[in-house]
Amino acid sequence: MALLLILLPLLAAALAVFIKVPAIRVRVLPVTALLHLGLLLVVLRGWRELPHNAWLGLDALGGWVLLVISVLFTICALYAPSYLALRPDRDHRVFSVCLLAFLGLASLLCLARHPGVAWVALETMTLTTAPLIYFNHNRHSVEATWKYLVLGSVGIALALLGTLFVAYAAHMGSLEEPLHYTRLMAEGERLSRPWLRAGFVLTLVGYGTKMGLAPLHSWKPDAYGETPGIVGALLAGGVTSCAFLALLRIYGVVAAAGEGAFARELFLGFGILSMAWALVFMVGQVDFKRLLAYSSVEHMGILVFGIGIGGLAARFALFHLAANALVKSVLFLSAGNIHRSYASKQLPQVTGAIRRTPVSAGLFFLGFLAITGLPPFAPFISEFNIASAALTLGHPILGTLFLLLLGGIFLTMSDTVMQVVFGVPSPQRVRTPYKDTFATTAPLVVAMVLALGLGLHLPAPLRAMLEAASRTIDGAPPVRSGKVAEVPRGLAPTEVRP
Amino acid sequence: MSPDFLIALTMLTNFTLVATSRVNKAIQLAVFQGILMGLIPLAMGLGKHLHILLLALVAIALKGGFIPYLFRRALRQVKIRREVDPYVGYTVSLLLCAAGTGLSLVLAHALPLKAGTTPTFLVPAALATLFTGFLLLVSRRTALTQVVGYLVLENGIYLFGLLLVEEMPVLVETGILLDLFVGVFVMGIVINHIHMAFDSTDTGFLAELKD
Repeated sequence: MALLLILLPLLAAALAVFIKVPAIRVRVLPVTALLHLGLLLVVLRGWRELPHNAWLGLDALGGWVLLVISVLFTICALYAPSYLALRPDRDHRVFSVCLLAFLGLASLLCLARHPGVAWVALETMTLTTAPLIYFNHNRHSVEATWKYLVLGSVGIALALLGTLFVAYAAHMGSLEEPLHYTRLMAEGERLSRPWLRAGFVLTLVGYGTKMGLAPLHSWKPDAYGETPGIVGALLAGGVTSCAFLALLRIYGVVAAAGEGAFARELFLGFGILSMAWALVFMVGQVDFKRLLAYSSVEHMGILVFGIGIGGLAARFALFHLAANALVKSVLFLSAGNIHRSYASKQLPQVTGAIRRTPVSAGLFFLGFLAITGLPPFAPFISEFNIASAALTLGHPILGTLFLLLLGGIFLTMSDTVMQVVFGVPSPQRVRTPYKDTFATTAPLVVAMVLALGLGLHLPAPLRAMLEAASRTIDGAPPVRSGKVAEVPRGLAPTEVRP
Repeated sequence: MSPDFLIALTMLTNFTLVATSRVNKAIQLAVFQGILMGLIPLAMGLGKHLHILLLALVAIALKGGFIPYLFRRALRQVKIRREVDPYVGYTVSLLLCAAGTGLSLVLAHALPLKAGTTPTFLVPAALATLFTGFLLLVSRRTALTQVVGYLVLENGIYLFGLLLVEEMPVLVETGILLDLFVGVFVMGIVINHIHMAFDSTDTGFLAELKD
């Protein structure tokens, strides 16, 4: 059953290769996305029962990440037909095939119970997402694809070395294949410490490059700037989440071996650095798609910062994964609409978009308010709880710095966003036939409502899954059926519950 | 030939690579290093396992044959013969490479090896080669030299993989082969699209997007 989650999108991708009529081919995307989401919801009911030696299976952590990706993919797939209809000049066979293959590989990654399988999934994902960035076929998109591939493959190569180091750490402790995560975590004390630490540093740098943590993010603004908004949304919410999951799995092994403190310090450093770096490059950014790319760097920083604080903050980092993916899809898709409407994505040309594309510009503005942490949207819940956990769990300076950076990013981002949305229309603006329609805005509204809903109320089954997932991160083995072991931890009393 | 000799040659190739300004020569050196990669497992006596023998042959065929063929095609299309104005100069690169190699020896010293592992030079050589590849990637401007950097980086991982290939063949071999495939794929992009999107004399190739 769980295997179908991988096979369904891959089969749909194979099918899309052979469909000659473009109008039918684009319909494969939403149909597959909805089937995948439905199937996932059925499979997720069994996340508690995972055999110890399974190669593939959904635990709470993988299930949570896959749920986020599947919802994000559905939103993008519902948007895709209307977007591709606006680009009749571009053949989208490769585009559709690569999108579907991405979903299949993301499922493989989330289901993988072995670091090698996870690595293969992420490496193949890098290859299948590269043609997506190349969609526009001009010299800028070649350059963006090139940077994405080169940096992405260097990152992924370092992650392979890191994985081999972890395997050597196991080999030193006389553990041999198959080295499932569960086994590595259960036998944590047998792993050789120096190799494990070195392996973690390499995987952090490697998967961190794929996530786009500063200073290894330089592919991000180019890739996000030159691709269609739909690909930007999938990269910012999907591919980066996958890399984050792969990193969390290794972190779980490191934490189970008792080296968690070492890893958390590195997470904190990378987190703060990414947020600060994003802030610096957001100042005076005239290209609103690149602005979103730096916002993505910032939010990857928030994710690893939350894991670095640990405890309650780790759980809310996982919550933030969902919040970020939903709001980023709104931002990238509405930015794509505005880009279509003005045939430009830069400030002097694009101002006062609220008059020309009221729905898209309104959603872009709401998305901006949400992503910068204004209540009552979901990112507020996670950012507030991560900050309060940092302040109460013994990191007062870092917690303050975190809040200052969030404030600074709000101010710098608002500068560009306000001009794009409410500015005085520029005399250089170009007329294009694009108008907001139901099909190009409805999926965005759905995503925005979900982000708002998640900020107001987190359903009980999701809460249970999130709690179990955050325990897995900290190195506890996955929960067996029925027995939900309570791990005592210093929970901050100020937890704001969504 | 003893494996130690081949590993030493690999490390010497690293130094020559960072000091050369001619793209053509860098490619030849990368090919030479690629062939060394194929020979090292054989010299270590790992050729008795059929799958490792195959891995070595694939490494030689791809790194010594197919990839240089792709490079030559790319070179015919772009008129870049020399690395013009690298981000880091050759003397500094050489010094950095030496420092990196020294650091690799120190690092490798801190990582205990399982008793009875030979040759013991494998870990420092792997780290030094990895570092050299990284250096080439970040310090050079032309796309072709950056691909050379990627291949060298991959050689470093391959060398480390040899430590584990007997115990965990599937993990190591899948990783190495997939990485190689990516290298070929990246090369393919450069070759197929250089012509379409770029003026062939363009040295600022792939460096327009910035803040």
